[in-house]
Amino acid sequence: MLKVVIEEERCKGCALCVDACPAHLIALGSRFNCHGAIPAIIAECDQARCTSCAMCARMCPDAAISIYRELKALQDADSRQ
Amino acid sequence: MTERLFVKGNEAVAMGALAAGCRYYFGYPITPQNDIPEYMSRELPMLGGEFIQAESEIASINMVLGASACGARAMTSSSSPGISLKQEGISYMAGSELPGLIVNICRSGPGLGGIDASQGDYFQAVKGGGHGGYRIFVAAPHSVQEMYDLTVLAFDISDRYRLPAMILADSVIGQMKEALVPHPYVPPADLPSKEWALSGKGDRGRQKVVKSLYLGDGELEAHNWRLHEKYRLLGEKETRWEENGLEDAELLVTAFGSTARIAATAIQLAREQGLRVGLLRPVTLFPFPGAAFLKATQRTKKVLCIELNTGQMVDDVRLSVARDAAVSFYGRPPGAGSLPTPEELLLQIRRHCEGGVHGG
Amino acid sequence: MVARKVFARPVSLKDVATHFCPGCQHGVVHRLVAETLDHFNAAGRTIGVASVGCSVFLYDYFDINVVEAPHGRAPAVATGVKRVHKNSLVFTYQGDGDLAAIGTSEIIHAANRGEGLTVIFVNNTTYGMTGGQMAPTTLPGQRTTTSSAGRNTASDGHPIRMAELLATLDGTAYSARVAVDSPGHVLEAGKAIRRAFGYQVEGRGFAFVEVLTTCPTNWGMDPVAANRRIAAEVIPFFPLGTFVDRSGDER
Repeated sequence: MLKVVIEEERCKGCALCVDACPAHLIALGSRFNCHGAIPAIIAECDQARCTSCAMCARMCPDAAISIYRELKALQDADSRQ
Repeated sequence: MTERLFVKGNEAVAMGALAAGCRYYFGYPITPQNDIPEYMSRELPMLGGEFIQAESEIASINMVLGASACGARAMTSSSSPGISLKQEGISYMAGSELPGLIVNICRSGPGLGGIDASQGDYFQAVKGGGHGGYRIFVAAPHSVQEMYDLTVLAFDISDRYRLPAMILADSVIGQMKEALVPHPYVPPADLPSKEWALSGKGDRGRQKVVKSLYLGDGELEAHNWRLHEKYRLLGEKETRWEENGLEDAELLVTAFGSTARIAATAIQLAREQGLRVGLLRPVTLFPFPGAAFLKATQRTKKVLCIELNTGQMVDDVRLSVARDAAVSFYGRPPGAGSLPTPEELLLQIRRHCEGGVHGG
Repeated sequence: MVARKVFARPVSLKDVATHFCPGCQHGVVHRLVAETLDHFNAAGRTIGVASVGCSVFLYDYFDINVVEAPHGRAPAVATGVKRVHKNSLVFTYQGDGDLAAIGTSEIIHAANRGEGLTVIFVNNTTYGMTGGQMAPTTLPGQRTTTSSAGRNTASDGHPIRMAELLATLDGTAYSARVAVDSPGHVLEAGKAIRRAFGYQVEGRGFAFVEVLTTCPTNWGMDPVAANRRIAAEVIPFFPLGTFVDRSGDER
């Protein structure tokens, strides 16, 4: 499941998300996008380690990141409250 | 029966504005126009309107800009130095195609100058006083009645053409008391609705933007051509002037506002002495009644332009008259004691009628 | 596996790319304002007043009605707007040159009248759009294109702390300074902006939020280094906090 979805064509490659991710799951890629920026990427295998904390998305100046959370995790969180 | 009042010219402006439905006044005190904000501060709250004595002339005109962007009839008033401060906002309003009334009860300059009657702001008013090349509608009342009537008209024209409008007068007209018949306002049936105005309640999905910034390729040029066309249309449809005794005139006297009143008295004296003199009084200074000057000077070849400055409107007169007409100028820079008397102007009229003086 | 979207761009923000430079935090502040408009479900009755500078393109990014103001005059334009549409949410979005230099008169008097406005003040310590000149908020010693040896307070004066200054006025209901240099600060900034709009909804008076942001391009730094400068240099001079809060209740 994809927890972090980075709209690569919106990304300007500022790397503030890279800096923000507490698990160091995000990195700048190796290709240029339509802006001529090197967008941030997250490897598919790292999606599982993501806790959906959304720190990357909060720091993103371009609103290019969407965060998803497993429904089960959400339900667990709800039941704990 | 319509009531007949005895009021100051400045009060007539305020009354005309209220009659025309203006409910938003923003201004800053300056002599000799304080009767206007004082009147508005008393009356507007009772009518559910808003009066703000702003921190500056600059803030005032920008409050007008904001209220006008919401579709409201709004105004400010000031006098020459204050009008200079408002030029930035007027340019933005012209660029954003926003209506609004600016009243200039002109005083003498340059700089702090004095508070005496003046026509020194003609250029600033009619040539686009701020940056960027724009025009505004400018009307020059010569009586208390016209202060009322032209204020009402200025609001209608301002709304119709989506451009700022100005009443250009001075302390002679502003401070003088005369009879006023405050005709009830009847909005023109064909006045377009303000669909461009920013609404205050949910109209999601129909974003409205009031702006003057155009950066796209060709956008600003197209915008300016559109504005230019509007000014042309204004000239075609909204030019106003008054003629008196031009049919047999050997000398055409022209003046606007307060000077036109003095000139009218002088012309009356001249007529009594058998001199054939007529008056052409521009009521709108922009658009300028150039065609009227051309027509009149096809018959009357001598023109005397009288102003309370060292010569401003005379430039537009010279551009308008028939090629073989001779235009002379008589004016005095404004200041204490420089308002000409009818006798003084009569002397000038007599000199020009009797020949020997040629315009340049 | 079933998933739920827990973070996405607010609907009040148009789905377009901005013209801002990489790492420019105008984008973050735009998003926080848009999230607030979503929260109050108020985009349809919000009127934004755009200022001059990088922030002028408000209308390209927010799906709301916007009027453009001359440089520094946004609080006066907003006053005119608010007096006509008393039930609308009216906000200005201004940079430091606009608000703290050319527009000081308008901001002080709008606050002093207690106009029911929300003002978002973006302080990046430089004139961004014009190419990085010295701003009223440029830090002592900071190099800019018009203070190439660094801001000399003896001749250039001192940076202005607007949030504190406006807090001294009786018309100001709320004045706070926030930053967006860390996820925690972004959350706090969002709360302050929401409170500032909430006060307008409740008719409490003038509300002001100063947001410390970066200008990586004109600072000559990469976005991450610029972001770190906020904590290292900017916050020590411009302390975060709430300087006045006339809420009438403790939240």
